Amino acid sequence: MKIYLKYDINVIFKKTLEEQLDKIGINYTINGLGEVEFMEAISVDKITQLASLLSIYGIKIINDHKSEVIQRIKDAITEMVINSSIDNSCKVSTYLAEKLGYSYTYLSSLFSEGTYTSIENFVILKRIDRAKTLILEDKLTLTEISYNLGYSSVAHLSYQFKKTTGLTPTVFQKIIKQRKETAKAQ
Amino acid sequence: MDIDMLKVILVDDDEDDRLLFKDAIEEVDMNTSLLLFDNGQEFMDHITLSGQSIPHLVFLDLNMPIKNGIECLTEIRQNNKLKDLSVAIYSTSSSEKDIEQTFIKGANIYINKPNDFIKLKKAISEVLKLNWQYHTSNLNRENFLLSI
Repeated sequence: MKIYLKYDINVIFKKTLEEQLDKIGINYTINGLGEVEFMEAISVDKITQLASLLSIYGIKIINDHKSEVIQRIKDAITEMVINSSIDNSCKVSTYLAEKLGYSYTYLSSLFSEGTYTSIENFVILKRIDRAKTLILEDKLTLTEISYNLGYSSVAHLSYQFKKTTGLTPTVFQKIIKQRKETAKAQ
Repeated sequence: MDIDMLKVILVDDDEDDRLLFKDAIEEVDMNTSLLLFDNGQEFMDHITLSGQSIPHLVFLDLNMPIKNGIECLTEIRQNNKLKDLSVAIYSTSSSEKDIEQTFIKGANIYINKPNDFIKLKKAISEVLKLNWQYHTSNLNRENFLLSI
């Protein structure tokens, strides 16, 4: 005897997904096919567990999660550098781990894989970028700027500025001012 | 917003320098495409061609016949279509005055041509990686200056 079956692949997919998601015990919603949103931060271990549960059914987690996390790291760093009310003496690793809900080791390796730089270097780049803006605004002294950005001294800021740009803060300021004047004159 | 390949151009009239640069950039662990030109006029004709895709970064030799690096730089900075193009001046001069003048004219990067291959590779790698950050992160491009 034979029987014939009729089925809806989408229903199967959704049901399978729900069953596996329930197993890891984190609140979620399924936003249409192929997108799951978690209501709280999810650890790397849980993601790994979920990935292996789903792999039996031929379902894979797409790794664009990676570019998303990288973007969140960058945003968090930007916020930290610009918002002087965030305690700058707090370690970047602790700050990022708490803010994003992943271990720093995980964040750091993900970042290095996808950006040709490290979190540490990116923080320096971002701080120097901010320092440049503040120097050009010409409202704060270098001492104030270094304090604002969490440097222990002007010397430390100047050293990192020179290391990152090849120029001293003073020469940098002079060049940009002259460049603007030249552009205006033309 | 992310780019998967960094498009680079080198304009240099010296054939040996072009070959050395090509070898060096190939050894940098990054996804790049490189176009070579042997004078400034050819490069400017190429880049201002309508519909031409704009590279991310151009290395300009200073001393070239027909159109030198500074002339190209000036034309680039006067062209609104090329405002996102990073310009690296690639020169044998290490005088502070020369460096400052090229920055004032709108260059982003000044490289004092290294005299050995290892140093050249290191300089190119540093420039490419930093430039990549400027193209993929929210950094102020107007303040992008680097002197190596």
